[in-house]
Amino acid sequence: MKRLLFKTVLFALVTIFAIGYGVSKTYAASNTIKVGVVYSMTGPVASFGQSAWQGLQVAKEIMPTALGKKIDLILVDDQGDKVQAANAVNKLIYDNKVDAIIGPLISGNVMSATPIVEKAKIPLITPTGTNPLLTEGKNFISRACFIDPFQGKVAAIYAVKDLHAKTAALVIDSAQDYSVGLAKFFEENFKKLGGRIVAKTFIQTGESNFSAQIASLKPANPQIIYMPCYYQEIALFARQAREFGLKQPILAGDGAAEAALIKVGGAAVNGLTFTTGFAPEAIKTPLGKKFEQAYQAKYHKLPDNFAALSADAYFMLVNAIDRAKSDNPIKINTALRATKNFQGVTGNITLVKGDAIKPAVIEKVENGKFVYVTTINP
Amino acid sequence: MLTTVLQQLINGLSAGSLYALVAIGYTMVYGVLRMINFAHGDILMVGAYLAFFGISAFMLPWWVSFITAIILTGFVGVLVEKLAYKPIRNASRVSLLITAVGVSFFLENLFLVLFGGVPKAFPIAPIFHGVLNYNQLYLPVVSIYTPIVALVLLYMLLYILHHTKYGMAMRSIALDIDTTSLMGINVDIVISLVFFLGSSLAAVGGILWSTQYPSINPLMGIMPGLKAFAAAVLGGIGDVAGAAIGGLILGISEVLIVAFFPSLAGYKDAFAFLLLILVLLFKPTGIMGKELERKRF
Amino acid sequence: MKRNTILTILSIILLFVFLYYASHHFSRYTIIILNNIAITMILAVSYNLINGITGQFSLAPNGFAAVGAYTAALLSLTPAQKQAMFIIDPIMPFLGSIHLPFLAALIVAGLVTAFFGFILGFPVFRTRGDYLAIVTLGFGIVIDIVANNAITITNGPLGLKGISNYTNVWWSYGWLVFTIFVVMSIINSNYGRAMKAIRDDEDAAVAMGINTFKMKMIAFVVGAFFQGVAGGLLAHLITTISPTLFTFFLTFNLLVIIVMGGLGSITGTVIATIVIVWGSELLRVFDQPMHIFGITTPGIPGLRMIIFALLLILTMLFAREGIMGKKEFSWDWLFNAIKGGIKNGK
Repeated sequence: MKRLLFKTVLFALVTIFAIGYGVSKTYAASNTIKVGVVYSMTGPVASFGQSAWQGLQVAKEIMPTALGKKIDLILVDDQGDKVQAANAVNKLIYDNKVDAIIGPLISGNVMSATPIVEKAKIPLITPTGTNPLLTEGKNFISRACFIDPFQGKVAAIYAVKDLHAKTAALVIDSAQDYSVGLAKFFEENFKKLGGRIVAKTFIQTGESNFSAQIASLKPANPQIIYMPCYYQEIALFARQAREFGLKQPILAGDGAAEAALIKVGGAAVNGLTFTTGFAPEAIKTPLGKKFEQAYQAKYHKLPDNFAALSADAYFMLVNAIDRAKSDNPIKINTALRATKNFQGVTGNITLVKGDAIKPAVIEKVENGKFVYVTTINP
Repeated sequence: MLTTVLQQLINGLSAGSLYALVAIGYTMVYGVLRMINFAHGDILMVGAYLAFFGISAFMLPWWVSFITAIILTGFVGVLVEKLAYKPIRNASRVSLLITAVGVSFFLENLFLVLFGGVPKAFPIAPIFHGVLNYNQLYLPVVSIYTPIVALVLLYMLLYILHHTKYGMAMRSIALDIDTTSLMGINVDIVISLVFFLGSSLAAVGGILWSTQYPSINPLMGIMPGLKAFAAAVLGGIGDVAGAAIGGLILGISEVLIVAFFPSLAGYKDAFAFLLLILVLLFKPTGIMGKELERKRF
Repeated sequence: MKRNTILTILSIILLFVFLYYASHHFSRYTIIILNNIAITMILAVSYNLINGITGQFSLAPNGFAAVGAYTAALLSLTPAQKQAMFIIDPIMPFLGSIHLPFLAALIVAGLVTAFFGFILGFPVFRTRGDYLAIVTLGFGIVIDIVANNAITITNGPLGLKGISNYTNVWWSYGWLVFTIFVVMSIINSNYGRAMKAIRDDEDAAVAMGINTFKMKMIAFVVGAFFQGVAGGLLAHLITTISPTLFTFFLTFNLLVIIVMGGLGSITGTVIATIVIVWGSELLRVFDQPMHIFGITTPGIPGLRMIIFALLLILTMLFAREGIMGKKEFSWDWLFNAIKGGIKNGK
């Protein structure tokens, strides 16, 4: 009896596998351009993925076709993990046979996807991977955002000129290439401007208890804390730092630009400033205005950095396909990397060796809201 | 220097009390069923989520939500036992362990599917707000409440174990389950009660944990669960007071290691297991452990 | 006896003919899955040696696979690559300059892992049952934490990237055949019988004069060797490794496989690996947004794992013996079955 039940369950499962497989295979329509999307929909940076995916949906509604063909977005979740990102890209290229890939969102994940797309010669555009190494010496990687040497410089200038800081402490997420890189560029520029790094401590994505790190920063008594990490860790760190009497201003990078920062951080993140690539207040282009309206109408909130850059990555790709007059991946790649003066959501975008040269925005948290402070041009 | 040590001691006491609350659940289940309830850490997560939904989705006052969550989590524990463990109570111990691992993964992924992997901000109850500041000493209110709550609950539990009929039945099952059932005691009810108590304590631990680190996600129970288990073995599994002591030792020594050897801070989580291996090498039954009947090993 | 050997060799040749065909005609994605099956099978078969055959409930394979993967990757990466990758702290001088070919890297990875197993065996086999499970589980966690913190060796949580994609079906299936050959030889030797005696009744085994410690240690160390090699193969298949790849999750997957197949049956493990790895790929459908009859449902990540967890629990509740129980496939069995079938048919 029990064995019978077991066999029935097994049979049912095999049937489900088979049907699921069939459905996924037959769905793929022929007259579309397939674009793979690798975003972090779950895991430690899931909010990035959620925002970016929303931005992408709106962008697709604005421009649903290229070369008169429908664009089909195939989303695979990388769970915010390097290894999963590599698996996802493999699947998109060899199973779904996509013509181009948008994503991953965070630098470490882009790095693990890079060797695969370079080998398969499929163009990949990351909306928000800012680490400079991503595009260095690569032929198929482009990005829609600025790069960290610039972001680190902007942050250092802001720290010295506007926050009047002479000493700073660094809190670095040792699990993220983004954090390690950005901290390095900040340190270089901060020292050049006469500042001094008085303490350096490491945290890790997914950690929740930072009492040891906070205790190690306190005796150094820095004037500011530079924390180029992702929103989740920044919010928890800020909360605990404030509780333990570490009250110095916190300066962060674009990893903080996510509404979940305020949700988790509450009052503790009030006054936190960060460099980022986009602020709704800084929209100037017609496409940007159109995108903002459509986004507002659909989600009843303002688009954030991840939604906007994700949309820009999409628009740049569609624009490149149209200019290439072909859905051949290599031709798309050539056209994409030749993007010049494209009027995107986040402003005027020109790609040089895959890197976008564009202004940075400084934002601040005030009373539970992101407030635009200023724009700094390269 | 003195304030630093004092500060760290109180942090350690608070962390240790949390481990203790969770460790008690492990040890009680082990006592009656001789199984490691791998899913116990995930029960802690269930407790935190229930409390979270009580406050943010049902708009209950915090204390109503906490009490409801604690009781409901108790029933989740009972349900797990009835559905997954009871049918194979007499199977080999490895089968029990495998099933428990399965339940653990099931709970984690069920919550992942139902509520998503995005961490949620845990609302902090008003009485846990704030920090006491004395000189250079910073004491979050919750880290003062935690040991007190743990102590009160431990006292209540010991009272139940030693001064009530059900408590006596539990201790009796721990010694010899067959003879106990021959004495006309309804073993099923007593085991359910053990799961109820253990899971409720885990829920308390989960709520206090989330108040200290106010971000909850479906995988949050794994590390505290494993460390609490290490604490339970450290104290001598099967012994409630031993589990509490094991939890405190673990919590305090973890914090002190970080305080005195800051360069080893990253290895903090490994310490529990190294300590565990060492203790098992020299005293395989733990600090307070008694030689349990051999035939059930 | 001779007939059986010839048949075995023939079927291995047949397997490699199939692989030759596959590597020329199948899509790369299918090839990756085929590789995954072989590597998982090496892990599961060697895991079954200690868990199923010897009856010691170890939870260490994720730790062993991690040791193997890191060792192999560090040995096969070029010094220049390593220099560029270690951006927090530079790599240890010795590790930074060493560079070995793939096969040597794999063998060294296996040996290093076996050595870890040997050292770990001393505390582990002082304990039994649940304690053993916990100590081995703790080992996996300690390895994970060391991988995250020993930055001059492992590059910390950033992991190792750009590992050469050496692993192909020849490497993975070659090692698989070797693994099964070694494990089956052990099982069919005196050692294997002693291991089974320990599983069935340890006290009785001691009374019979079996050196239980030695037997457990042999099963553990041999298992560790192959798990290390499998880790190395995995690293050179995915090309990126980080500590997250080797969490307890990996051990859980292997556990589902050996329990489903039947604790103690290598045949069962082989069948279950194919079912689980292939099925898991098919179930990936649930992780993505689906379009059925014009309706779009959002992807549900985690649903796959729920199905696996349920599968494990249901197997335990209703079919504790798994697919094969403790039985093994043999040619004699096949011929008898065919003969029996013919007889029944007539």
